[in-house]
Formats: sequence, structure tokens, C-alpha cells
Amino acid sequence: MHGYFGAYGLVALLLVVGAVFVTVALTANRLLRPARPTPQKLLTYECGVDPVGGGWAQSYVRYYVFTFLYVVFAVDAVFLFPWATVFAAPGFGVATLVEMFVFLGFLAVGILYAWRKGVLSWA
Amino acid sequence: MTAAEIVFVLLGVVALAAAVLVVTTRQLVRAALYLVLSFGAIAACFLVLTAELVAWVQVLIYVGAVVVLLLFGIMLTRAPIGPTSDLDSRNRPAAIVVAVATAGVLVTVLVRGFGDAYVDLGEPSTGSASGIGANIFRYWVLPFEILSVLLLAALVGAIVLSRTDIGPPKDGDG
Repeated sequence: MHGYFGAYGLVALLLVVGAVFVTVALTANRLLRPARPTPQKLLTYECGVDPVGGGWAQSYVRYYVFTFLYVVFAVDAVFLFPWATVFAAPGFGVATLVEMFVFLGFLAVGILYAWRKGVLSWA
Repeated sequence: MTAAEIVFVLLGVVALAAAVLVVTTRQLVRAALYLVLSFGAIAACFLVLTAELVAWVQVLIYVGAVVVLLLFGIMLTRAPIGPTSDLDSRNRPAAIVVAVATAGVLVTVLVRGFGDAYVDLGEPSTGSASGIGANIFRYWVLPFEILSVLLLAALVGAIVLSRTDIGPPKDGDG
């Protein structure tokens, strides 16, 4: 397998092999194991004590900022890849370098704001 | 039909079915997880179209970051984890009008703009990182820089909204 579609065909094949492996292993497990369920066995396992309350806990809004910082860094990283392949190519040069640093500079202002407002400290 | 076209159509069916399930399921968390499936199928569609970088950007940004944002958004609410009966909004007629109008605009723009566009699947270079990079930094620099301002505004907005101790009237600079 070579070429573009061959390479990704190999990835798809690997995914299929993984799915088949998990299915076969779990099905064999189900067929071979004894099944004698009791109410205690069917209870959700929570550190050895009986589970208390529902499965839902409302989370704090301050964690949302961390996910948003992750989004910012992800978008940032995504644009670094195409930039890294072309900024040294003929016809790009210093201007392209400066453009990326302007982009990073705007994002850095955001990080700086988050840092100055104490969002990044955990306490 | 070639093999690539068959795979593309199948992935499109998966993406569409998952998208329908997103808006019809009665469990909010499952809606977010169906969205993962839909985004993943779209990423695979990009892969079939040899837009390699866009496909992995789709995985990293949409499947990774945007769905995490959505899940956190759901976790911030008091929404129960089980089936919810009152998920349907009373604004359904208005929503239908807006959805049909948006779809009309998008389809018109795509057909008018790219109706006769042609991708040569035998030459996977335009969708590679260097192809995209050359396009961004030669023709689309201004949108790229505007994007950073947009991200900055959204980040500052998220910080201001999530911190009750940062308010406009307090110290003037926040």
C-alpha cells in the first residue's frame, strides 16, 4: 500500500482491526464467563462505598476559561504548521515571519490578560 | 463510481445521520457525542478529498476543542443527565425559518462560487500543509490576523463573564 489513499487505507484497516479485536475479546469474555448477577454486583463501583446521590455534578464556570485557553492554544498551534512549511520558502521571508508574530502577539495579550486577572493561578 | 466517491458518500450519510440525531435526541450529553461522530465523519470526508491538513484541523479544533467547550457548557447548566422532555423550544417556527434561510444562503453561495470547482484527487498537494500555508500567507493574511483579534476578544469575554469579581464599575480597566 503506497500513495496517499494507500497510506490512509492502512490507517482505516488498522481501525477496523482494532474494532474487531475489541469486539472479539469482549464477546469471547461474555460467552466464557459465568453470569450470576446480584443487586450488589450491579451497583456502580465507587471507591468501595455505596454510591451517593446522582451521576450529575454541576461544574464551576472558572474551568470554562481553561477550556477556552485550550481552544486558543489549539487554533494557535494549527496555524503554526502551515506557517512552518512556507515561511522559509522563496517569496515569503520576513513579512511572513512578522505576520505570524503579530498573530501570536494578539494571543499573547489574551494570555497576559488572563495571567494579570489571576485566572491562571489555581488557588 | 470510484472507490473514493463511494467512501465519500457513505461518510456523508454518517455525518448527516449523526447531525440529525444531534437535534433529535432527548439527552443533552448524547447530543454532544453525536456531534463528535458528525465532525469525525466530516474530517474523514476532507481526508477523502485529499485535504489532509484541513481534516486534522477538523479533528484537533472541532472534535477536540469545540466539543470540549460544548461539554463544559452543558456541565455548567443544571440540565439533568437523563432524558429531558422539555428540550424542545417553543420557537420552533422561527427556528425553521432561520434554518431554511441559512441553508439557502449557504447552498447558493457554494453552488454559485464552487459549482464547477474540480479537485484532482490524484495530486494531493493543494490540501497539504505547505499548500494551505502558501495560500494563507500569500492571499489571506488579513483574515488570519483578524482571527487572532477575534480569539482575543472571545478569551477576554470568557474571562470577564466567568469571574464575578471582574466588573466594569469596579476599577475601570477591567
